[in-house]
This record gives sequence, C-alpha cells and structure tokens, in this order.
Amino acid sequence: MSADTETHEGGHSEEWFASAKKIYPMATHGLFRRIKWTLLFITLGIYYFLPFIRYDRGPDAPGQAVLIDMDHTRAYFFFIEIWPQEVYYLTGLLIIAAVALFLMNAVAGRVWCGYLCPQTVWTDLFLWVERKVEGDRRERIALDKDPWTFGKIRKRATKHFFWLMIAWWTGGAWVLYFNDAPTLVWQLLTFQAPMIAYVWIGILTTTTYLLAGFMREQVCIYMCPWPRIQAALTDEKALNVTYRWDRGEPRGSLKHNKELAAQGMPAGDCIDCYQCFQVCPTGVDIRKGMQLDCIQCGLCIDACDNIMTKIGKPTGLIAYDTDENIERRIEGKEPVYEIVRVRTIIYAAIIAVVGAIMLFTLLNRDFADISVLHDRNPVFVEQSDGSVRNGYTVRLSNKRRHTRAFMLHVEGMPPNTQVEAVGADSTFAGRPIIEVGPDTTREVRVLVSSPPWEKMPQSTPVTFRITESVMGEVVTTKDTFKAPGEP
Amino acid sequence: MSDTHNKEVDQISGVETTGHEWDGLKELNNPLPRWWLYIFYATVVWAVIYWVLYPSWPLVSSYTKGVLGANQRQEATAAYDKGVADRAQFADKIVATSLEDITQDQDLLQYALANGRAAFGDNCAPCHGSGGTGAEGYPNLQDDTWIWGGTLDDIHTTLLYGIRTDNDDARFGDMPAFGTDELLTREEIDQVSNFVASRAGVETDADVDLAAGQVLYEDNCAACHGDNLEGIQEVGAPSLMSANYLYGNSLDDIKAQVAAPRNGVMPGWVERLDPATIKSLTVYVHSFGGGQ
Repeated sequence: MSADTETHEGGHSEEWFASAKKIYPMATHGLFRRIKWTLLFITLGIYYFLPFIRYDRGPDAPGQAVLIDMDHTRAYFFFIEIWPQEVYYLTGLLIIAAVALFLMNAVAGRVWCGYLCPQTVWTDLFLWVERKVEGDRRERIALDKDPWTFGKIRKRATKHFFWLMIAWWTGGAWVLYFNDAPTLVWQLLTFQAPMIAYVWIGILTTTTYLLAGFMREQVCIYMCPWPRIQAALTDEKALNVTYRWDRGEPRGSLKHNKELAAQGMPAGDCIDCYQCFQVCPTGVDIRKGMQLDCIQCGLCIDACDNIMTKIGKPTGLIAYDTDENIERRIEGKEPVYEIVRVRTIIYAAIIAVVGAIMLFTLLNRDFADISVLHDRNPVFVEQSDGSVRNGYTVRLSNKRRHTRAFMLHVEGMPPNTQVEAVGADSTFAGRPIIEVGPDTTREVRVLVSSPPWEKMPQSTPVTFRITESVMGEVVTTKDTFKAPGEP
Repeated sequence: MSDTHNKEVDQISGVETTGHEWDGLKELNNPLPRWWLYIFYATVVWAVIYWVLYPSWPLVSSYTKGVLGANQRQEATAAYDKGVADRAQFADKIVATSLEDITQDQDLLQYALANGRAAFGDNCAPCHGSGGTGAEGYPNLQDDTWIWGGTLDDIHTTLLYGIRTDNDDARFGDMPAFGTDELLTREEIDQVSNFVASRAGVETDADVDLAAGQVLYEDNCAACHGDNLEGIQEVGAPSLMSANYLYGNSLDDIKAQVAAPRNGVMPGWVERLDPATIKSLTVYVHSFGGGQ
C-alpha cells in the first residue's frame, strides 16, 4: 500500500454531471399560441370523443365508428372494415405518416414536435392546469421555495388531483377504442370490465401522469429519437424558428441601446429581456441559434412580438425564417421563401400517390378470398386405378355480412378430373359448393384426382377459382398438381 | 492502509481513491449510482419474499413449500382437466352423432378433424407415418386400397378392436404358412408365386410353369383371394392384382409371403382412447381421401 498520504486539497474537479434544471415556462399569447390551443382542442377532442361516435353497420355488427375488435380480429373505421390479412393498409398509413413528417421538416423543421406531438399536447394541457392552480412562472418558482404550509399543500394536491384525472381519462379513452365504448364505460364504472382494460388504463394513466407532469421536455431531449432524426430531415431552405441576429445584435437594455443609437453607434433591436427564454417549454435560449432542444413551437416568437409591439419596434425579431435569408439581408438582398421546391413537391407527390393507391385498393377490395395449402405429406397419392390424387387445405373467406355459397372449380387439369371437398354442402356438375357464414372463414379439405388414363407430368400449374353463387364474384389463386411423372 | 477519515483525493479527477495501489496506479472510488444500488437491494428483498411465498429451497428429501401453496404439477393437471372439460361439449356431441352426420355438420367436422389429427400424431403416426402413408408392413391409409374396407364404419371397427388382437371383435386375417407348415413344396411355392407375379405385372422367373401355378392358385389361394385375384375384404385377403403389396413388391417378397406369411398386428383402441377420439380418428383417416 502506498505510504503517500499527502492529500491534494483543492484538487480541481470537473463537473461530469449536472442535474436537469427545472424549467418554469411562462404563459404567453399571440398567433402561435392560438394555433397551439386550436390544435390541442381538435386533437384531444378527437382522441377523447371519437369512440362514442356511432355508425350503423347492420344488426350483428358493432355499431362503433372506430373500433379495433381484438376478439374477432377486425378493425373498423366508419365505412372501412379490415381483416388481419389486410393490415397492409396500416403500412400505407405509416408510409404516409413518415412522408408527411419529411414534408413538415422540409417546410418548417420540427413543427410536428411543437404542435402535434402527443407529448407536447398533453404537456401543454398539464401546464395549463399548473398555471390555473399555482399561478404563472414567478409564483411557481416562489412556491417551490416556500416551506410546506397548508396553502402550498392544498395547491399541490389540487394540481396533482386534476393531473391524475386527465391522465386517467387519457388511459380510459385508449381502451374505448378496443371495445364498445358506452358498454365499456358502464362496465368500468360498475367494476365489471375485463382485467386487461383496468391494466391498460393503469399503464397509460401512469405514463401520461409521469411524462406530461414531471418529465416534459426531458422526454424530448433525452428519450425521444425524433430530435436526432429530424435534424437530418430539415435543410437550409426550411423555415425554422430563427433569431434574426442581423437585426437584434448587439443586444442591450432598452435604455443602453437607445443611447448607443443616439450616438450613431450600432445598436440591435434585442433588449435582452429574456422573455423568449422564459416562455420556452424546453428552456432554450433561441438567440444561440438552432439547437437540439428546440421544438419549433413558436411561443418565443409570440413573446418577442409582444415586447417589440410594446417598445414600438417592428415584430419579427424572432420568426420562422432561414439562416440563408439572414445572410442575404446582411448582403442587402431580398429574402427568399421557397416553400414549393423540388423536395417538397416530391414529398407531396409521394403522399398523394400512396393515398391514391390505398383508396383504389380499398374501393376495389374483394369481399371473398381463397387461400390454398398443398399437402406436404404425402405430396400425391397413387390410386389403384392409376389416377393420382392431391390433397389441399383450402380456406375461403366471406367478408360480407350474410352467408354466401361458393362454387369451387380447379382449372388447368385435364377433363374428367374429380374434385371433391370434404364436408361440402352440395355439388353442381361435379363442382363442390361450399357455404361460408357471414363475416367469417371456412376451411375445407379438397381432393383433386386426375383421370386414370391421363399420364400426369411431375407438376401441373392449376388455378383454384371460387365463384359466388348470387353476385358471381370470382376469386382465384394458383397452386400446383403434383404427380410421380417421369422418373 | 488508508485512513477512512482522511481519504486521499485524486488530483486530476477530484475523486476519492480506495487506497489500493498497483505500481503507482491508484484505484478511484466511483461508487455505483444510488438508483442502481436501490434497485439491487429491492431485488434482494424480492428474492426473500419469493422464498417465503413460493417453493424455493431444496431440502434433503423434499423442499420448502412456500406459504402460497403454489404447485406447478397441480397447475398443469388443472389446466389439462380444464381442457378436457372445455372439449367435453364437443366430445359428447361426437359420441351422440353418427359418423355420417359428423361429416355433414360443419362444426363437428372441424372439431373431429382437429382432434383426429392430434390423436393420429400421438397414436398412429409411429406405424402409419405422420401423413398416413404407411411403410412396408404398415398399410398406407392415403390410397384407396383397403384390406378391411375403407367406409367410415369399417375404419371405425378396425380402430376400435384392432387387427389380430385378443379382442373377440378384432378382425383376424390368417394366411396359412404354405412353406413352414409344408403345405406346398419349394417348387410349388415358386410356381404359384410366379403366377401371381405374372398377373400383377411383376417380372417372373424364366422357364417356370405358370399353368401349374394357376392350378395351385385355384386350389390353395382362390378361396380367400378370389378367383380373379381381386381379394375378399370380409376375410382381410388383399387384392393381388396390382403389385401394391403390404410386404414388398418383388418376386422374392411374394415367395417369402407364401412360404412364411407375416401377419401384422394393429392394437385395438377401445380400451385406450375415449369413444369421441376414436370417432374423430375415423373421420380424420376417412378425410385423407381414400375413404369409400
């Protein structure tokens, strides 16, 4: 062991870790604040009330406009009903969502984050509750420092009560999308709902309460991948929230800058009032330029515009603008705003094309379906009369709301081929007729035997065709008929 | 050893050292984050709670049972019993319904096929193959050649009582051993085997008297296998017309079977499986496509 017991008093230690500073966003008002409130109303209104909208689909179908029915593996959206195998519509929606995000970024950076992201929307709502109960920024800072008096406890309790109510309702609305809403609400109130519903409400209540009440901007800065991804999606032509330093610098107090101007010295419009910093929900000083934490919500624009109006300066010291335009103004050129450019046109076109494809497939959706699985063991069976038999498992889907009969025909086989379906309801001219119940599927075993006098090749492509008896709807699928063939 | 009250502090990082030193390198004391430690302590507490609640510690000849009385064997048995109870409604219907009507009823047919497939894999596949295609000595259930008949009722009877079992209702086909019991001479066996081979399209020996073979056949074999080698299902004598024989298709196989016949045994399932399962198996085997 070392005998060196000399201590290094005052040894310099670098700070490796700093706790996140709590931020107290101040209330502001103006254009972007109004837009944010409007979007909050619309999005949360949809989220909370959509499950209660009714839509009549007939007597034995769910009457809820938007429903994900896990028990019967069906998803409903107004006039659309999809089966699990049509989940590729969801893929289309995801593609559209992704490209829409690209488009937003190409137009105005991370506006998704600032206006539409659930994290932002619910945090906004929670902040509003906080302001109503505890007051604005200054009161909240003071309250945090106050000793625990009865008044402080009352305020805190009130705030958390309302937060938990909102969070609980958020979780509650979530489960309503998976079952008949009015019924489920009643079951939840009378404690008869399935356990899974309570579990999900519990999970989402917890996450909403924690993420919107406590973590807030930490989610955006540390948890969420969007800041990293979207930084790569925006470009120099995108309108980002920008402090126009060409106009604002050198900053100084109102008095100081007036004196400078009077002496003919350069003086900026920024009066260093820190309003833009104090209203920021992520605690960013926008005057340092674009940074990871900024969610492009425009609240600093509102705050700055209010101040500029007060001191009689033109608004727009902070605005949705590009760094390119600052350079141009310094050079004395007119700023350019190229919202419509190749990149945004391509994105919009992709959205339009994918949307059109989805609409087309939806309007031309088959209401019957067939899938065929060839027996693997044995692949074929030789019969005593010299014919060859192949077995198939055929599944028929009937997506209409009434029982329908389908006639099965196998094409591509020589004449006098025998087709039989185990459990077929009847036959017509040697073709099995299979009845399938409403909005369901049925599996039948189909046996295809070649005529005894035909020497079948090793593999024959065949087409399974089902024809609906009333409307004549036809669906086909391809498979093969195997035989020993030539060795 | 370093004094606990007077920890040495590393000059560069400002972190305490542990007092350990190797070749002049001192070890810094950066403790684990507190949240990590607390979670670790929580897992320790969790483990202790677990010991109390659940079976945990092995003893010499038993183990600690845990106060909750959890027992996975009981859980498994309960789950099995529940499965049986869940299936009972179908099983009862299957038993009450005739085989013909089962194939006409969508729900019962689906149940019977699924149940039959599972039971087949457990009980029949070892001999008949997982696809029911059989092997040498084990009949193929996929084709349309049936020794004892391929109607639903025939299959059902075979399944219930088996072939050549001790059950009184068992099917019993008994081919005499013409060679070992010295009913025919070596030469006669050759002649009759060649005659059968010639009719089934199997290559025959040269210069064998087929006419003599035909006479021998009519005297010894036709009683069971029929005048035209077509077989008689009632006695379980297979058709000899096409070379699709259970015990091999070569001339030597035919000779061996005439001289010392092999007679396969199939167990009867009436004592081993419940009636509903046997009926399900019947419907399943019939659905292979060879059923009559």
